[in-house]
Amino acid sequence: MSEQVTAEVAARELGAFLERCREQIAQRWADAPLFRTVFTVSRDEAVEACKAVVDALCEVASSGRLEDVAAPGFDSVREQLGRMAASRAGSGFGPAQIADEAAGLRVAASELLRHESSGPVGREAHEVLLALTVLMGTLRLVIMQTSLNAGEELIARQRLQLLEVATPVISLWEGVVAVPLIGTLDSARSQVVMEALLHAIVEQRARYAILDITGVPTVDSLVAQHLMKTVAAARLMGADCIVSGIRPAIAQTIVHLGIDLSPVLTRGSLADALAYALAQQGVEVSRTVAGANSR
Amino acid sequence: MTSPLPAYEAPVPVLALGDVLLISLQGELHDGTAEQLQQDISRRVAGSAATGVVIDVSGVEIVDSFLGRIIAEIAAAVRLLAARTVLCGMRPAVAITLVELGLTLPGLVTTLDVDRAFDVLRRSDPGRAEEGT
Repeated sequence: MSEQVTAEVAARELGAFLERCREQIAQRWADAPLFRTVFTVSRDEAVEACKAVVDALCEVASSGRLEDVAAPGFDSVREQLGRMAASRAGSGFGPAQIADEAAGLRVAASELLRHESSGPVGREAHEVLLALTVLMGTLRLVIMQTSLNAGEELIARQRLQLLEVATPVISLWEGVVAVPLIGTLDSARSQVVMEALLHAIVEQRARYAILDITGVPTVDSLVAQHLMKTVAAARLMGADCIVSGIRPAIAQTIVHLGIDLSPVLTRGSLADALAYALAQQGVEVSRTVAGANSR
Repeated sequence: MTSPLPAYEAPVPVLALGDVLLISLQGELHDGTAEQLQQDISRRVAGSAATGVVIDVSGVEIVDSFLGRIIAEIAAAVRLLAARTVLCGMRPAVAITLVELGLTLPGLVTTLDVDRAFDVLRRSDPGRAEEGT
């Protein structure tokens, strides 16, 4: 009998065992921390969840794809496993610790298996135990995969949110819009900033656009290039662009890098830039006589 | 059903409003039409007392380096004939594309719309300003 056939027989054998002992395994697993901490409402709920996992394992074992992480049998419980992993991760567990807990499930099942085949451990029983070990290893991988996927989704979502949140276009005055840039400027962000600014110029019929870089920690040649592009695009739309908030250290860096920002109008602070834009439009701001008695 | 293509490329109309020529570009500009337009503008500016040319590109949604070059050439020719060119009504997407292509059209006056383009020409033309007062 070839090795492969033995493995297949063992897998089928394991599937039968899992189906037989579904109830017992589920009862034991429900006490394991991995399930207990997630389904806190009632133990019955945890048992139901365990049964679903056992059913999935049973299906995978019957199909003989013990080592296949992408086996269709896992699909039904993938979401549930992901929720469990996320809950454990939420209470401060790393992926490795979660995987260790998943490995703990194997002990309960293998104990039952050994108990069932009481007497001398035959060759067949040994094969089934081996199959169980492989299957639990795969389950561990699936749990780890789902938890990592959930993490990646979270990061992608947050990155998108950061793009939207971090680039507001503010209307400062009639015909004057400003973008306070905060954080590092990369190509993706500068693209978003440019689009938002240009649309604001059209919507608000702005003549002046202020790019405030007070919150930009470092300016290198790439960031300077993005700034120049934004300024050029705003000019093509018929708006004058003013860059404000260049800190002394950044001004020195720009000079040291030999970046020529001379085609860009710069002002020290956002207030100076606004004052310039107002003066250019012929708007005069003065203190009223009534304002003098405010203090 | 496909949209009917014109049998010949219709020339871009050049409208005279006082001493300002108004050109409104719509859609794509073909090689032949562009050349025709350049000649038309030069002839009209030279043959009349036009002091300004307003090119409205609000109807242009797709831009390439060719159109950018044509506009720059028209502006250069108009400047030689002692008149000024104002480009107006550019869409955000078009502006971004031009900048990405590296065509920032330096030295060309740009405004948000036709109204402001006329404003700019009126303000910068001392002869007319005196007439108005």
